[in-house]
Amino acid sequence: MATHKAIKISDSVYWVGAIDWNIRDFHGYLTKRGSSYNAYLLVADKITLIDTVKAPFIEEMFSRIASVVDPSRIDYIVSNHSEIDHSGALKETIARINPEKVFASKMGAATLPNLLDLNYPLVAVADGEELSLGNVNLKFMETRMLHWPDSMFSYFHKEKVLFSQDAFGMHLASSSLFADEIDPAILEYEAATYYANILLPYSPLVLKLLDKVAAAGMDMAVVAPDHGPVWRKNLPALLDNYKSWAKQEPAAKVIVIYDTMWGSTEAMAKAVAAGASAICPTKVLRLDVVHRSEVAYELLDSGALLVGSATLNNNILPRLADVLVYLKGLRPANKIGQSFGSFGWSGEAVKNIQTILLEMKVTLIGESISAKHRPDEETLKLCSLLGKTTAKSIKGE
Amino acid sequence: MKKYVCDICGYTYDPQKGDPKNGISPGTAFEDLPEDWSCPICGASKESFSAK
Repeated sequence: MATHKAIKISDSVYWVGAIDWNIRDFHGYLTKRGSSYNAYLLVADKITLIDTVKAPFIEEMFSRIASVVDPSRIDYIVSNHSEIDHSGALKETIARINPEKVFASKMGAATLPNLLDLNYPLVAVADGEELSLGNVNLKFMETRMLHWPDSMFSYFHKEKVLFSQDAFGMHLASSSLFADEIDPAILEYEAATYYANILLPYSPLVLKLLDKVAAAGMDMAVVAPDHGPVWRKNLPALLDNYKSWAKQEPAAKVIVIYDTMWGSTEAMAKAVAAGASAICPTKVLRLDVVHRSEVAYELLDSGALLVGSATLNNNILPRLADVLVYLKGLRPANKIGQSFGSFGWSGEAVKNIQTILLEMKVTLIGESISAKHRPDEETLKLCSLLGKTTAKSIKGE
Repeated sequence: MKKYVCDICGYTYDPQKGDPKNGISPGTAFEDLPEDWSCPICGASKESFSAK
């Protein structure tokens, strides 16, 4: 008897993935609620497995498959996304079940052999192509750079199931598979965190994709992503969230990101935050206790970032360097910002922060603020004013 | 002037539009893009582009 059971998500589709309760570091993204690797079994004339799981979870996937059909009966495998957390078990799965064919996008078919050291003739499918599974069809839609070049959607028209790989996913380990069985506040937080940390750089493509999905008349009853819960209710709200995150319209919220050596930059950060919070919601993020992926989440719905660092060895503090490199890669748009910080004798940090902010295409507001050794009353007033001016600017006042 | 497509992500460089966000003014031929210009979507280098 199978230890792990499949969960039915539509008349002929089963979830056969794996739950990773213990992962906390997903290539540098803090996954505090764990994650899941979703694979799906479509029981048609040609029994089809859609995506696999991270390699160490292969037995859990096979156990769930075996609760529905003998895994050796699988005819086709479709790889919607080449990344290792979904393809890590693919090579071993092919070896065990000897499928008739394995399908991937053009880019996926080029990537997987290299990525997995896989010597197997993959079939490349084109954007818009339909694959016959005998009694039903599966349609493919390329979603390049959402979020890898190989990424694609598979759509099972008969039961209106969209297999959306990493889109609409989140890192959340849960014994409840369906989103409507989970606390909405947790869903909203984890979906936004996922978007901010994985999909944000490709926001212009997300907007195009949402239009493409609408134009294709894809009527969706179930959205089945590769991580986290399966969606079968409130689908328009899910799409609306994506649209609003992708638009990155300036929002009335300020984040104050800083690191401090002996408390002077911290005093400045608190003054900046006091000025801003009198006008609009403000979050204070000190980087010895706040993880980079949390900063990315807070930045998603912020209109401004005010960034502080003491000068250490003629540069910014290393934890801030980490976070700024990370944020720059996520390509946030439509932000304003400025720098502040204390120093002992040279004070390069504020200038270096400004340089990075400009590289991030952040519009600088006002002047940066430096304090030698300790900020005096006058400097703290300037800090408070910077916070206030910034907050007013994003509120359009 | 020809359009060029990124072989990695499918982005199309249209010389009539240029890439103003990255300092490339409209009317710049693909051949005249600086060597360090990269795909604004995926970051691939000029060599990863093919004529449309």
